[in-house]
Amino acid sequence: MNHNIYIYLLIMGGVTYLIRVLPLTLIRKQIKNRFLKSFLFYVPYVTLAVMTFPAIVDATSEPLAGLLALIIGIVLAWIGANLFQVSVACCVVVFLTELIMRYI
Amino acid sequence: MSRDIMKLENRKQFREGVRDGMPIALGYFAVAFSLGIMAKNVGLTAFQGLLASFLNNASAGEYAGFTLIAADAPYWEMAVVTFITNMRYLLMSCALSQKFSPDTPLIHRFLVGYDVTDEIFGITIARPGYLNPVYAYGAILVAIPGWALGTYFGVVAGNILPATVVSALSVALYGMFLAIIIPPAKKNKVVAVLIVICFAASYIFTKADIFAGISSGTKTIILTLLIAGGAALFFPVKEEEEGESAHES
Repeated sequence: MNHNIYIYLLIMGGVTYLIRVLPLTLIRKQIKNRFLKSFLFYVPYVTLAVMTFPAIVDATSEPLAGLLALIIGIVLAWIGANLFQVSVACCVVVFLTELIMRYI
Repeated sequence: MSRDIMKLENRKQFREGVRDGMPIALGYFAVAFSLGIMAKNVGLTAFQGLLASFLNNASAGEYAGFTLIAADAPYWEMAVVTFITNMRYLLMSCALSQKFSPDTPLIHRFLVGYDVTDEIFGITIARPGYLNPVYAYGAILVAIPGWALGTYFGVVAGNILPATVVSALSVALYGMFLAIIIPPAKKNKVVAVLIVICFAASYIFTKADIFAGISSGTKTIILTLLIAGGAALFFPVKEEEEGESAHES
């Protein structure tokens, strides 16, 4: 190996930190432009939704378990369960589904 | 007097941050654990895995970085690949920049910027009104050790946790995402429709052969630009509407 692992790690960490901190520190004024404001308003929902599906189905050993977790998670969040409850419920659903599927 | 009130408020915010950071730490531990197994495979020590996770807090970014270490890639390549795999944080930070009150001292932007992850971003952007950085610190202080120690133990003890447990824990983060995006969708029809479109588009992007060469980080960026951009063009938010739905959760 010709390269130093610690230099690799510093490059990774440095680049990642700059990506995160530059927008935060450079954009300090409230943005007035309506399109940009709307765009930034939609960004969180779009990014999180894109990252959730189909990743949740691919994350589990059994795709069905992930799918059930997705459905139950949506229902629970819809009726007002909080972050922790939805999160733990999804884990439990996957655990039980995969347990049951092993005995069928 | 007002100082005391602020202190009390900060304490409350910190506690809420810790509370919301718990499920994140749980999910992080599981994800980082599998990342640690990968770190071990490319020859990193447990300490190096721990350090990588403390410096990066980024699953896809670290994963990509480890593959480059394994390939003994040049340093510039490491910089470019890290930039590309983590570029979605650039978008998130832009959105988060608007969440800070103009009165918040600059130092907080440097500190919160250390940990703009998918999850920390998700919970901080969902806070009502301006973000109190103390809330973010509460969450970060619980979440980061979960992430870093998960990596550490992944290297040390790759196969101790049974596969069923790892599989179950791996959806904790997605459950959290749902808890963030679904409640606003109840109040805002545009957001609800967007989520359905995102699921469909993301599914096509992930499964269709023609997009096979695109990494999941790049997929997130492309779809975010397209879908959020389209929504902003056709359904620009009104001032009041933004206040209502962005800050409820």
